[in-house]
Amino acid sequence: MSGVDLSVEIAGVKWKNPVTVASGTFGSGMEFADFADLNRLGAVTTKGVASKPWKGNDTIRVVETASGMLNAIGLQNPGIETFIERDIPFLNKYDTVKIVNVVGKTVEEYVDVVRALNGQPVDMLEINISCPNVKEGGIAFGQDPKAAAEVTKAVKEASEKPVIMKLSPNVTSIADMAKAVEEAGADAVSLINTLTGMKIDINRRAFVLANKTGGLSGPAIKPVALRMVYEAAHAVNIPVIGMGGIASASDAIEFIMAGATAVSVGTANFNNPEVTMEIVDGIRDYLEKNEIRSVKDIIGIL
Amino acid sequence: MIYREKITVTSNERLTDDIFDLKFNTKNIAKDAKPGQFINVYSADASRLLPRPISICEVTGDEIRLVYRTVGEGTREFSRLQKGDERFVTGPVGNGYDTDFLNGNFKSAALFGGGAGIPPMVELSKRLDIKTDVFLGYRDVLFLNNDFPENVTVHIATEDGSTGTKGNVMDALRESGVTPDVICACGPMPMLKAIKAYSEEDVIKTYFSLEERMACGVGACLGCVCKTKETDEHSKVDNARICVDGPVFDAEEVIL
Repeated sequence: MSGVDLSVEIAGVKWKNPVTVASGTFGSGMEFADFADLNRLGAVTTKGVASKPWKGNDTIRVVETASGMLNAIGLQNPGIETFIERDIPFLNKYDTVKIVNVVGKTVEEYVDVVRALNGQPVDMLEINISCPNVKEGGIAFGQDPKAAAEVTKAVKEASEKPVIMKLSPNVTSIADMAKAVEEAGADAVSLINTLTGMKIDINRRAFVLANKTGGLSGPAIKPVALRMVYEAAHAVNIPVIGMGGIASASDAIEFIMAGATAVSVGTANFNNPEVTMEIVDGIRDYLEKNEIRSVKDIIGIL
Repeated sequence: MIYREKITVTSNERLTDDIFDLKFNTKNIAKDAKPGQFINVYSADASRLLPRPISICEVTGDEIRLVYRTVGEGTREFSRLQKGDERFVTGPVGNGYDTDFLNGNFKSAALFGGGAGIPPMVELSKRLDIKTDVFLGYRDVLFLNNDFPENVTVHIATEDGSTGTKGNVMDALRESGVTPDVICACGPMPMLKAIKAYSEEDVIKTYFSLEERMACGVGACLGCVCKTKETDEHSKVDNARICVDGPVFDAEEVIL
């Protein structure tokens, strides 16, 4: 069987295939352009950008754990001005959906970034209310349905682009969080961000990460992520972008069957910078082998 | 350009208890490789998902030589590699030393290597055509001290005094009476701090190759930053990425 349809549509935006990258693991694509053809990605999701430059946390910022890693970068970013001057023109050379991840310490800061992106040639916004590594903003908005709804409403009012709310797994009920942002007007949700974790160096008798805690990602979190994507997809009617430990096409297909319209590949890019290409090809191979005409036919079949 | 290649090991020898010497041929990496750059070596075990960044010790034709210390499970896996084994690598990564600039602007160089910081000084010394003194600091057991070109003077310091100067590389420098025009150094932070204090006092141009825990190894994740004196052009904050903006930095530009 040839010519299977890999395209999906999220909030009126057509993706050529359901594969994007998880924010923060791929820069704005520049550093991976030696390895992956960005034209072959369904979408590029950028590193989070704030209204002003953020310096992030002290080092050590990253450490490997069993089948995963902890990071506490602290959302270091050059600010929206530089992002618009440098990163958007770079991304514009590629025929892919552009998703800008937006971070803020206050509702006003999120809105400032969103307003600055109105009129820019980007397709969608992903609002990060789930970073566990910054004291203000980030996860503070992502663990309380009311606060999450407040950010969603403000961003939706300010933005001319479709808005994806990125959810934290560090909550009691992911379904409640997804419903709260859906009711507040979100066009889609993406999940999961990292799970808060810790590592101790017993020889130094100290925390490995300067930030003490960090976000756990990688294959270690995949079963948790899959369960949460399934729960969120059954709680809301807006599309879900699934992520958390995806390292192969079969991982990606699991998330799609659990209800994800699209998937993001994150930490796996560090293990194999070409992995996104292998995942796109692998999803196509699976559909062909199983004589499934469109990837849309397996979204949420469970 | 950073290349991803599947390499086949040509040899992997033990030099000391915990120092190993890995050689493999590459299609493109060796052609572009400069001293001070590094190679990301990927584990065959999917549960160890981050690459191990290892500095380039020598480049000979298409061959890359990495001399590394076993510090954890990842490097212990590499220590068991045998001729014919395959691994993925990416490289060359980082800026490396600008040897044309060093040769064109200075009359004499002192290269400092401490422990696992010694390997990059081998290739660097091979590409310098100015008077070069190398200062190597060890705990006790020596390695790579016989791998430097003949026109280079090698000075050795051991902590236990078993060979050369008893003490560290700064003690060996004082004993030698060498007064270099330029310094290049790689090694533990106390060594770099001592060199910085010395070079600032005597106003000697100094370059450090730095290390830090890395994740992506290609400049995307912002895991391995160091603090800079001025606002960095890429980050727009006072942080530079060690992996791709370094690992070689002008000592005046970074805060140790």
